[in-house]
Amino acid sequence: MTSPEDAGVRAELTAAAGDPAANPWLSWDYVQRNWGDISRALEQHAGLTVQAVLIACAIAVPLGMLAHLRPRLAAPIVGTTGVLYTVPSLALFTVLVPWTGIGRTPVLVGLVVYALLVLVRNVLVGLAGVDESVRDAARGLGYGRLRLLLTVELPNALPAIVAGIRLATVTTVALVTVGVVVGYGGLGNLMFRGFRNNKYHAEILTATLLCLALALVLDLLLWLVGRAVTPWARRGREA
Amino acid sequence: MDVLTEALAWLNDPLNWTGRRGVLELTAAHLRLSALAVLLAAAVALPAGVWLGHRRRGGAVTVVLANTSRALPTFALLTIFASTGLFGATATVLAVAVFAVPPILGNTFTGLMEVDADVRDAARGMGMSGGRSLAAVELPLALPLIGAGLRTATTQVLATVPLAALVGGTSLGSIIVEGMALQRYGQVVAGAVLVAALCLLVEGVLAVVQHVLTPAPMRTPRRTGARRPSRDPDATGTGGPAPTTRAPVGDPAREPAPRRAVTGS
Repeated sequence: MTSPEDAGVRAELTAAAGDPAANPWLSWDYVQRNWGDISRALEQHAGLTVQAVLIACAIAVPLGMLAHLRPRLAAPIVGTTGVLYTVPSLALFTVLVPWTGIGRTPVLVGLVVYALLVLVRNVLVGLAGVDESVRDAARGLGYGRLRLLLTVELPNALPAIVAGIRLATVTTVALVTVGVVVGYGGLGNLMFRGFRNNKYHAEILTATLLCLALALVLDLLLWLVGRAVTPWARRGREA
Repeated sequence: MDVLTEALAWLNDPLNWTGRRGVLELTAAHLRLSALAVLLAAAVALPAGVWLGHRRRGGAVTVVLANTSRALPTFALLTIFASTGLFGATATVLAVAVFAVPPILGNTFTGLMEVDADVRDAARGMGMSGGRSLAAVELPLALPLIGAGLRTATTQVLATVPLAALVGGTSLGSIIVEGMALQRYGQVVAGAVLVAALCLLVEGVLAVVQHVLTPAPMRTPRRTGARRPSRDPDATGTGGPAPTTRAPVGDPAREPAPRRAVTGS
């Protein structure tokens, strides 16, 4: 009697023996047998991504608005986030470990830091790109500086901000995998385990494809959200 | 802090710097791998970008490439290459080079596309052939952006090479990975600092090189929308990494078209 488990174990054993035919890149059998594992990793991956982007947004939007209101702060803010962005992910994720311990926290902090640069820049670009005549009109109507920012400039900058969020989300999905270095990399854990596990091809490629799919799905969702929050842009295009 | 003392002690130990798998050797390996990857990527991306930009088509290709490369984890490609039986260094160089192609290709393409149509017309009107116009007019005008693309690719490669340590490649990242495995967090912090320092140093040097090599009249990017140059991240000086870093094609300030193309609509 051969159960699917036996077949899988045998496939792994022959793969370990170096038989290329027994170590396929795509294996539905693998997915079925390990769905529990895969879905857990996927959940971890998606949860981490969403949380990191949300936190980064909560920091970046006020920061961008501040830099917009006080142009002198813009250069230091963008410069600092830029320098942080240059630090390699492997270094950023691990440097916090002595204080946070391994696991979720160092990865989350690292992801937020990376998302910040993209978001702050897009908020700034969006706010600076608001049509001067629109600003003039609002000022002529008696809008104060803060009201102008919140009710006129911010809505006008939404397309750029949403574009930034999408970019940050897609990059974050890819970056989560590096979290494997502190043992918390979502689908990256599967890739790494597959690599250590006698180069189990199916595990590596399944995780990779799921990463791409996750990025695509989140991007699509955000695109829909972006469309929903800027109905005027759509009307403008149809006209 | 205990760990910081450990890290300092690690950095102060000359044995960690010299000898086999010492900092110096690892730095050299790191730089060698990075240089190979950038050269490889440039060898593919530069001609392709010049050709596509000169023909003024293929924008969709560069955008799709840039977006896919952004969604595809470097770590995934590293593991895939490393598990196909390639040796450590070869797998690393190949995987990292793949990710260096989009910035170079995108910037080269954009640089040539942004050459003023009137300028091209004038070149044609003077009787220049397509090739001559490309060599004598379009390429010189596109050089600043091409340089920016190479710089972006280089910093990105330097930052990605450490990842290869996880799958057996040798680089400065090995210090971190080894420290994690042995739970010597002082070594981890020291390695992280070294990797970060190398990246920031090279980024700074490249920024200066780019600034020096760019002819003075071309230093400030011609931008129609930039009313306040102080707010343009590009103008924050040579110290900070250029905003083109890693996302030249998706930059909403510069390129509205790719942004739309992300959606696939």
